[in-house]
Amino acid sequence: MVKVLPTVDQVWRWLDQVPDPEIPAISLVDLGIIRDVSYSSETLDVTITPTYSGCPATSIIRLDIETALQDHGVRDYRISHQLSPAWTTDWMSDKGRAKLEKFGIAPPQPAGGPDHCPRCKSTKVQRISQFGSTPCKSQWQCSDCLEPFDYFKCI
Amino acid sequence: MSALFEFLLRQGDNALVLSHRVSEWCGHAPVLEEDIALANTALDLIGQTQMWLGLAGEIEDKGRNADDLAFLRDVWDFRNLLLVERPNGDFGHTMMRQFLFDAFNVAHLDKLKGSSDTRIAEIAEKAAKEAAYHLERSGDTVIGLGDGTEESHARMQTALDALWPYVGEMFENDKTSAEIAAAGIAPEPSSLRDTWEASVYPALEAATLTRPDSSFAQRGGKTGTMHTEHLGHILCEMQWLQRAYPGATW
Repeated sequence: MVKVLPTVDQVWRWLDQVPDPEIPAISLVDLGIIRDVSYSSETLDVTITPTYSGCPATSIIRLDIETALQDHGVRDYRISHQLSPAWTTDWMSDKGRAKLEKFGIAPPQPAGGPDHCPRCKSTKVQRISQFGSTPCKSQWQCSDCLEPFDYFKCI
Repeated sequence: MSALFEFLLRQGDNALVLSHRVSEWCGHAPVLEEDIALANTALDLIGQTQMWLGLAGEIEDKGRNADDLAFLRDVWDFRNLLLVERPNGDFGHTMMRQFLFDAFNVAHLDKLKGSSDTRIAEIAEKAAKEAAYHLERSGDTVIGLGDGTEESHARMQTALDALWPYVGEMFENDKTSAEIAAAGIAPEPSSLRDTWEASVYPALEAATLTRPDSSFAQRGGKTGTMHTEHLGHILCEMQWLQRAYPGATW
């Protein structure tokens, strides 16, 4: 029997269905941490990079990728870590940015802060803390609707 | 002990010991936002520890991983700066220590990005982004508290005076650093002083704090010859589980 291996595009689509464990509104692909999907002979190679070096979600992410591959019948795979080039929020997809905003998290901006409140769209926003509930976020507040909200830090 | 292994222990132990110190604030910081910020800083440092000590274990090639190096070495094997093992003191004291170290860490990591050892350059590239963020925050806090109320100003000046003797050790060269610098792996620590001063002095001035007029330096941390009594207490807490239940995993 000839074994048909899933295409690389197909694998990317599967991984795009795997939610980030800490911000399930976006996928691992949206987050930009899947750096490469390729084959070396019949072994599927998936390369991932951490967001922050101490992010506790990293080991769960690895497990979730394995689960997704196995659920789709992939048995021969290898997941490797890559540090360089270091992850940057520039790699977040436009689809991911839109999903974050809809979820109530202001997406990363080159200016270093959100340009508007993700809830009421007011541009009057202020930073409460440089850090937030996960390493990748900081805390902001809208001065108009007064709602506090998360901002996805730009690094 | 090879110079490269020793250098990596210095990197890893600075991050590990400071991370432990900062994590002691978890649940105790003055306000919730600061509590979260300190915990996140500690988390970044633990991540950096894993990278540095992980590489140290590979270089040593005796089958020790980052956990073994963190949990199964005793005081005299640690190579961290005395500065990072200093007790937290009050919140201002903790932030002053963080600021003095962050400025050094940022200057150092920036140079390490060009290391002749690509593994070190890659770790530095990752860690530098986090360290720059830490520096922004600790610098702002030092300025805010120094140029704050009479009470906060006095506490920050006390912290600066108490920590100043621990600044000099960061910039001391020795046989290990000379060997590492000759191989193009890392800069001589003394060469980082100008960058550090250019980042620290203006902030201290903005914080209306007076720089102590002394260059006396406590030393012995990064060479492992004389740690303060505080390191043993840190390890006692940090390593307790592995010592009580050797090899425990979960």
